[in-house]
Amino acid sequence: MPVRNMIDSIRDAIDVAMAEDERVLVLGEDVGVRGGVFQATKGLLEKYGEQRVIDSPLAESSIVGVAIGMALEGLHPIAEIQFADFILPAVNQIISEAAKMRYRSYNDYSAPIVIRAPFGGGVHGGLYHSQSNETIFMHCPGLKMVIPSTPYDAKGLLLSAIADPDPVMFYEHKRLYRLIKEEVPDGRYTVPIGQAKVVRPGRDLTIVSYGLMVHFALEAASALAAAGVEAEVIDLRTLVPLDQDTVLSSVRKTKRAMVVYEANRTMGPGAEVAALIAEQALFDLDAPVGRVAGLDIPAMPYNHVQEEFFLPSPDKIAKAAQELVAS
Amino acid sequence: MAKTQPKAPQGLSQDGLVQIYKDMLVARLLDERMWTLNRIGKAPFVISCQGQEASQVGWSAALRPDDVVVPYYRDLGVAIQRGMTVAELMLAFFGKEGDPNSNGRQMPGHFGCKRLNMVSGSSVVIVQMLHAVGVAYAMKMRGQDRVAAVAFGEGSTAGGDFHEALNWASIYRLPVLFVCENNGYAISVPQHREMAIENVSDRAGAYDMAGVTVDGNDVLAVYEAALEAVERGRRGEGATLLELKTYRVVPHSSDDDDRVYRSREEVEAWKGRDPIARYRQTLTEMGLWDEGRDQAFRTETQSEIEAAVTAAEAAPFPDAKDALRFVYAEEGQN
Ligand SMILES: Cc1ncc(C[n+]2csc(CCOP(=O)(O)OP(=O)(O)O)c2C)c(N)n1
Ligand SMILES: [Mg+2]
Repeated sequence: MPVRNMIDSIRDAIDVAMAEDERVLVLGEDVGVRGGVFQATKGLLEKYGEQRVIDSPLAESSIVGVAIGMALEGLHPIAEIQFADFILPAVNQIISEAAKMRYRSYNDYSAPIVIRAPFGGGVHGGLYHSQSNETIFMHCPGLKMVIPSTPYDAKGLLLSAIADPDPVMFYEHKRLYRLIKEEVPDGRYTVPIGQAKVVRPGRDLTIVSYGLMVHFALEAASALAAAGVEAEVIDLRTLVPLDQDTVLSSVRKTKRAMVVYEANRTMGPGAEVAALIAEQALFDLDAPVGRVAGLDIPAMPYNHVQEEFFLPSPDKIAKAAQELVAS
Repeated sequence: MAKTQPKAPQGLSQDGLVQIYKDMLVARLLDERMWTLNRIGKAPFVISCQGQEASQVGWSAALRPDDVVVPYYRDLGVAIQRGMTVAELMLAFFGKEGDPNSNGRQMPGHFGCKRLNMVSGSSVVIVQMLHAVGVAYAMKMRGQDRVAAVAFGEGSTAGGDFHEALNWASIYRLPVLFVCENNGYAISVPQHREMAIENVSDRAGAYDMAGVTVDGNDVLAVYEAALEAVERGRRGEGATLLELKTYRVVPHSSDDDDRVYRSREEVEAWKGRDPIARYRQTLTEMGLWDEGRDQAFRTETQSEIEAAVTAAEAAPFPDAKDALRFVYAEEGQN
């Protein structure tokens, strides 16, 4: 079976979908000749031509707004936003239009588009190439939010997203693009949207995470194991819809929970997970729910000292976990 | 006094000419009825087409049923021209079950219905221009001779999606009819505070696109200009920015008081240029209409409207729990 990194598996998913269905197309900045600034669409222009691999004008609102129109006419556009930091001009189109099209037309129309956006820090991207702004879209029923953490899941989830009848936000952590490789089958397979995965079993506490932070949590869990603490690590994979059962059954077993995420701590995805646990499993808990998250500052600084200061790390996670288990 | 007889534009039969008048008049009478229902406290909101019927019915009539229209909130005349019935529009007005636009979810004036190839719109201005561009891209990609038409107010053209849409449409020479219904105001703000130019259509030149301004109260002129633009689109010659100079003779909405920003003289002067009376005159001169027919059609329409009001008032509201449906596709649906 071929071994692929995440960027290759994403490209492979798009390729599979485009080969199978000529309604699938990609649009975004530099996705054509350049193959995308991260190479997610490399080679697709040669294979599928200019009509289906569209170098869009540099205007994010139009990338999403035009994709919505294409979807209204039965196409399945995959819109690439070059960096999640630059998605803000498109937020009106995403939230006011795509998210509400089915709802406001009472199911007459829908906007089945996929919006891919590289997000996340630790890549010396500074304030405007490091953000984790997924929370914005988690607050908008009508959208789904998918964040894979492995090459295998990235391909399977992206194929599910493309086939999904509703708009899907597909956030890809930049640092994961080439960080890990694993076996990724050729051809079509899917990973269902809405299912979290227990990526390491454990009995002493549950660490809930997604994206790059899953790998940091796993590193922390190895260190904790050496100290006799068995952490169970959950990769959410999909933030909307959230797989409540997987989270709750783990927490009911371990009786301690911590959420690790890179977005700003306040009102971040971890707040929702903590609220869920408080509502449904409070009396199973032996300790308050913990959060290890990005700092509450406007964005991640460029210099590496402050970048590291901003981000959760395996050490920070392990330390917080030790404290949680001791409490 | 001898007068030269007005000429019918190409592509319009006598029935077609009369139908345009009927659609304009139905829009007006229905709109007026909505205001009285609002004023007696029976419905929370009206947003009006009054004064703009020639613009709306005129551009809409230039399209085929298989074309796609993306109207804005003022386009009652477009909804009627496309075939939405008075009964359906009354259900929408009261927010009742069975409203084909949104099943009572959206405020009145938010038209959309797949059966009529009329795309659902939000309250947010100008965003819909980009949807029309995407629709047209799909049409062109498939080698079809269909077009997408989208309408918006002149004030809204200050927004960025206006530029982004024209830019896309011109890069790909897409079959789009961009219709600016220029009524001189964005709620209270007059045109000279919205833009420094006289004609919105002047901007078309910056996109290497056809730009046309016509008298939006002359329905046949609107129809002809729209038809020419639509045919340009069908021939693969790209988009047109069509500006229709018109006026809304009532406040922006039932919540607006237009006395604070425009004089009664100005409003009265425009009422004197009523597009419906003007077209009635034209049809009469063509020998296609007369006072007797007018009275009969008004009476017939009024009773259709009253029946629609009675039915819509009696119709149930959607179930509270129906609000939970269609956030996403439902099981087994694609
Ligand atoms: C993005 C946005 N901002 C503000 C509003 C509130 N609003 C609704 S209509 C309107 C004026 C629009 O004027 P124009 O585009 O000229 O259209 P008209 O109503 O005159 O037909 C405003 C400010 C809105 N609906 N959407
Ligand atoms: Mg206006």
